[in-house]
Amino acid sequence: MGFPMLVPFSPWCWLLLLVVLKCSEASSDLNKSTNSTAQHEPNVRFAAASSEADEKISVFALDYDYVQIPYEVTLWILLASLAKIGFHLYHRLPGLMPESCLLIIVGALVGAIIFGTDHKSPPVMDSSIYFLYLLPPIVLEGGYFMPTRPFFENIGSILWWAGLGALINAFGIGLSLYLICQIKAFGLTDVNLLQNLLFGSLISAVDPVAVLAVFEEARVNEPLYMMIFGEALLNDGISVVLYNILIAFTKMHKFEDIEPVDILAGCARFIIVGVGGVFFGIIFGFISAFITRFTQNISAIEPLIVFMFSYLSYLAAETLYLSGILAITACAVTMKKYVEENVSQTSYTTIKYFMKMLSSVSETLIFIFMGVSTIGKNHEWNWAFICFTLVFCQIWRAISVFALFYVSNQFRTFPFSIKDQCIIFYSGVRGAGSFSLAFLLPLSLFPRKKMFVTATLVVIYFTVFIQGITIGPLVRYLDVRKTNKKESINEELHIRLMDHLKAGIEDVCGQWSHYQVRDKFKKFDHRYLRKILTRKNQPKSSIVSLYKKLEMKQAIEMVETGILSSTAFSVPHQAQRIHGTKRLSPEDVESMRDILTHNMYQVRQRTLSYNKYNLKPQTSEKQAKEILIRRQNTLRESMRKGHSLPWGKPAGTKNIRYLSFPYGHPQPIRRDPKVADFTGDDSSDSELPSIMFKPYPRTGTLKKETQEIIPMKSFPRGGKPCHFGYPRNTSQEEHVGAGRREALRPKPLFHAVDEEFESGEESEEEASAGGSRWSAEHRPSKQYHRSHSPLLQRK
Amino acid sequence: CWLYFFTVPVSSDQIEQLHRRFKQLSGDQPTIRKENFNNVPDLELNPIRSKIVRAFFDNRNLRKGSSGLADEINFEDFLTIMSYFRPIDTTMDEEQVQLCRKEKLRFLFHMYDSDSDGRITLEEYRNVVEELLSGNPHIEKESARSIADGAMMEAASVCVGQMEPDQVYEGITFDDFLKIWQGIDIETKMHVRFLNM
Repeated sequence: MGFPMLVPFSPWCWLLLLVVLKCSEASSDLNKSTNSTAQHEPNVRFAAASSEADEKISVFALDYDYVQIPYEVTLWILLASLAKIGFHLYHRLPGLMPESCLLIIVGALVGAIIFGTDHKSPPVMDSSIYFLYLLPPIVLEGGYFMPTRPFFENIGSILWWAGLGALINAFGIGLSLYLICQIKAFGLTDVNLLQNLLFGSLISAVDPVAVLAVFEEARVNEPLYMMIFGEALLNDGISVVLYNILIAFTKMHKFEDIEPVDILAGCARFIIVGVGGVFFGIIFGFISAFITRFTQNISAIEPLIVFMFSYLSYLAAETLYLSGILAITACAVTMKKYVEENVSQTSYTTIKYFMKMLSSVSETLIFIFMGVSTIGKNHEWNWAFICFTLVFCQIWRAISVFALFYVSNQFRTFPFSIKDQCIIFYSGVRGAGSFSLAFLLPLSLFPRKKMFVTATLVVIYFTVFIQGITIGPLVRYLDVRKTNKKESINEELHIRLMDHLKAGIEDVCGQWSHYQVRDKFKKFDHRYLRKILTRKNQPKSSIVSLYKKLEMKQAIEMVETGILSSTAFSVPHQAQRIHGTKRLSPEDVESMRDILTHNMYQVRQRTLSYNKYNLKPQTSEKQAKEILIRRQNTLRESMRKGHSLPWGKPAGTKNIRYLSFPYGHPQPIRRDPKVADFTGDDSSDSELPSIMFKPYPRTGTLKKETQEIIPMKSFPRGGKPCHFGYPRNTSQEEHVGAGRREALRPKPLFHAVDEEFESGEESEEEASAGGSRWSAEHRPSKQYHRSHSPLLQRK
Repeated sequence: CWLYFFTVPVSSDQIEQLHRRFKQLSGDQPTIRKENFNNVPDLELNPIRSKIVRAFFDNRNLRKGSSGLADEINFEDFLTIMSYFRPIDTTMDEEQVQLCRKEKLRFLFHMYDSDSDGRITLEEYRNVVEELLSGNPHIEKESARSIADGAMMEAASVCVGQMEPDQVYEGITFDDFLKIWQGIDIETKMHVRFLNM
């Protein structure tokens, strides 16, 4: 497994830990608690100092207590990170078991060490630390990275399943355990109903994050993934709310005091807590989005704003006893859309990674602590309780899954199959949430707390290890429907089209559906919200953002492989650095990005010309210049490399793709009088090598016919003759061979018909420059086709 | 699959409802013309409004020919168009599901391919993208074109893969279109809910 990998990485760590622990034992015994340690700290130091002053100045002293807590916490985190590295290095492992397994194992090991050396572990886990510091990052990450669209599409099913499921599980397990407790033989009669219910609520908190990783790996279909994801998200909130309500009930000392009114109040409270939390979250989300609108000049504080406002929403909600978890989730969801548009690229990346880092640290700490407390003396093992807990967990989950989905399937257009439901049932893996809640049970109200903790631990271990490990194979075995999502512009386009189409058809039918609600919301959003919350002049379409993202990726790739070094022409000194180097310095990247962003669309337009016939004559001077420049560069390069086929470059397939972009079929050309645009385009397209392939008249000299048309490519598929050439005036002959770049004037290469006709001469230059020696062998050189009369009608 | 649409009974309730709607749109006339669609207020705001309306009159969708537009449609034609939006019945066998999927995709293809030449050319694609983005005042036409170009390129790479230097990609044919849509569950997306009740 991962352990062989762990060993090489962490021998130092283990060693260090052991040494330190031994030392700490030897040095002092002031390890009672943080507070006392903190208070004693200054005294101890002073005492030590003064006593030392009495004796001698010691050259070397050890003061472990001072740093103990942060030191150990840091060591834990480091250890877990090293373990994760080892885990992922052995590449088969992540597919076998979820990461939480690994964390628990590491935690158990640390626990074993601490137990073995009889050391008191740092008090990482107490109620306020958990709820105030460890929990929010985890929830924030979940909310921020939620895929909003599928979530809202399935929101009905998700709410129904997560909400009611949690309730059914909690009460079901609680009640059944209460019944078991009544049986005298098990010695559990002192556990009353409320305690059982509370236990039920905390044990029903599912933590399927582990499962989600497995699902992603197995690429299960989207609705299924969303169900589990939604459950993960909302479950925490619901169990914590339930837990708090039940704790409040428990505090009302006598069971008999609880009247139906209280129960109703409890229910009402449940709803208010939930809805209120969401409301707070949304408000804070809007505020932070609004603020990020103004942070152009100080982009360094953008991540700060995002995090602080989310955290604030959590705290504000908690102040009012509303659900902080739901608040922070709602805040993240609301904020994300607008913030992503407003913040700079680097801030965006920072936010993403920092969020992941925080949540991973929190989770790690919780799991390790769980492992630590496993190995210890605070256990109470009661066979009956534990076994029945396990059994009931499974039974009630099965009941809730099958019952609830049976109902919701009636309302879904695409119901979940039994296979899907089995997977959902099986993915009920408990995790850190349950453990935390169990650990934080107040001992005063729960004399048998240790038993609860033990039972929780057993359930967690069982589900995480056994279910976590086997769910992967199960998904494959059941052959659950897979998804085929890839990020592509086409997909995005089609989906958008479909949205509008559906909305339109529903309008025509006069039907009102949730689809239109979504549409209306989008309109409202565009009209009002965006104006207020986002900066001006931002294209805000998901299509455009996706497109830009993909473009950026591709362009960077291109630059890194040295193809687009021509871009550097405008910034000459960079060309040397960029060309051939894989690793670019940040300033390079920055300027490259800027250049690329400005030139992006030109790149596209230039290299793509499917269809010549209806390109409108709107290309700008700058663009054309750019094209020319690049062309020159490519020529220069190919010359330099001595390739007749510039394809010889180590370019990826992308390059070739650009090259072979041919033209569309000529038919439309006939219809459209503005064919020359296309010509222009075509030549620009071929700026990359293909232009080389112009069949150079082997006849030797370029004749001086003005009307000759040289097709640049041979026959297209489908056999339609594809010809585009440019009118060649062969007055200029000398060229490229000699790298006569300088001689080429930067004239707009692709231009509207009119312009080209006017600047016929220059284009000829171009033509000849392009149509250099590099004609491909397989290019039949006799494809002089008359493409079009307008083209021929040149003066 | 289109036979299926006619042979399997749409419930009479649904037909009633649709008929009422039809009458409303047509102003109690037996046929609808393009102008009648102006009565649908929400449709005004839809960016691809013209394409949708056109789809109703497209002869290819109405199975009356391979190109061109009808001037007016009667109720039967209306139902024909609506039938493209029926959810796919999960009790059908695999082959029928495939057929239905193909029919739906064909409807979509016709929406893109406005000149009925069996190919989606770059210009048509650009047209679609421009319309889709037309609701957004901040996006210039240039962006829309570039997006269309990029999409076309992607499509070409999906459909044809590595291209020969002298190969031309003229446009997306229906088969290519099917390839692009492979894996995207159109069945789950292209249906109008009420037709299921």
